[in-house]
Amino acid sequence: MRESHIMKIHYATALAAVGLVAVHILMRLTQGFAESLEYENVVANYQFLPYAGLLEIILILLSIHGFNGLRVILLELKQGRVYEKAVSYGCLAGMIALIAYGSRTIFMVNMGMM
Amino acid sequence: MAQAYEIDEKKTPTSKTITLRIARFNPEHDSDTTFMDFSVNVEKWTTVLEAILDVKQHFDHSVAVRYSCRQATCGSCGMVINGKPRLACFTKVSELNSDTVTVEPMHNFPIIRDLAVRFDRLFNTHHKVKPYLIRDDSEITSNTTKELLQSPEELEQFIQFSNCIKCGLCNSACPTMATDSSFVGPQALAQAYRYVADSRDKGKDTRLKIIDESHGIWRCHFAGSCSQVCPKGVDPAMGIQFLRGYMLGFRS
Repeated sequence: MRESHIMKIHYATALAAVGLVAVHILMRLTQGFAESLEYENVVANYQFLPYAGLLEIILILLSIHGFNGLRVILLELKQGRVYEKAVSYGCLAGMIALIAYGSRTIFMVNMGMM
Repeated sequence: MAQAYEIDEKKTPTSKTITLRIARFNPEHDSDTTFMDFSVNVEKWTTVLEAILDVKQHFDHSVAVRYSCRQATCGSCGMVINGKPRLACFTKVSELNSDTVTVEPMHNFPIIRDLAVRFDRLFNTHHKVKPYLIRDDSEITSNTTKELLQSPEELEQFIQFSNCIKCGLCNSACPTMATDSSFVGPQALAQAYRYVADSRDKGKDTRLKIIDESHGIWRCHFAGSCSQVCPKGVDPAMGIQFLRGYMLGFRS
């Protein structure tokens, strides 16, 4: 993938995340902070599909943006063909793993496993 | 360890004595840079290059410094003067407002000796962006008298970038150049913009492709130090942002 395409995705995910995290924070403000983190409320949030979808999208956006940011930092830190390939594929793997782990929580709640 | 030398010349009523600290380093013998201090008399019009040449003439002819035109045209005498990359021939000692003037080789360049640095990387990256007009050969070769006309507005788009003298000060000031040994650098990127923005050029896509790689234009963090140090008034940071505009589809 061309670097310009990657950076377009990087900027777009940042902008989208700012908007969606703002919605997420506004929704959290409907409850008190301690109440918001109670087990039943967290599970209820995950079971409310539109909100669970929002959280899932935020997870994907931030994972893409964050891991690409990490890739850029590491590429500037050191150079070398093998190192750069390792960093690129390592960050891609990390991103996929984080999305999979976060999504797993949402799926488990909705499948009644929690 | 600093060594001190003092000039034994008669001072004129308008002259002033300053300490010139020169970085000395020979990669063949030395493991570290040392500084040698020289007391030199300067007038208000004396440039840093003239002060260095004074030292070479009177104290130590082995001080290595590259220079040529002495009028900020050749771009040979770039060095770090009191912590900032500048042209030694274009910097008066009096404008530094300091009794001590420290001169070091440019950052982000391998040192040949003392103040002389290697320009291989700069010239390679400059060459890489194809710094010439790319056109269909037939347009030029079939009629050697053909003129490629431009309007003043079209010229305005790139004219300041034509002032680049390849002195390397922008690359020396760039923080990304310090960490990323493969980064194209502000000098080459500014030159890429100079030709991309030229209405006579047809090589835009080729050049944008060259700089659109993992160590290309996207590694610029817009610190803007390149534009601050340019002795010719070129604004590489702006050129880089314009180039990004082409790539993001804001410019065509």
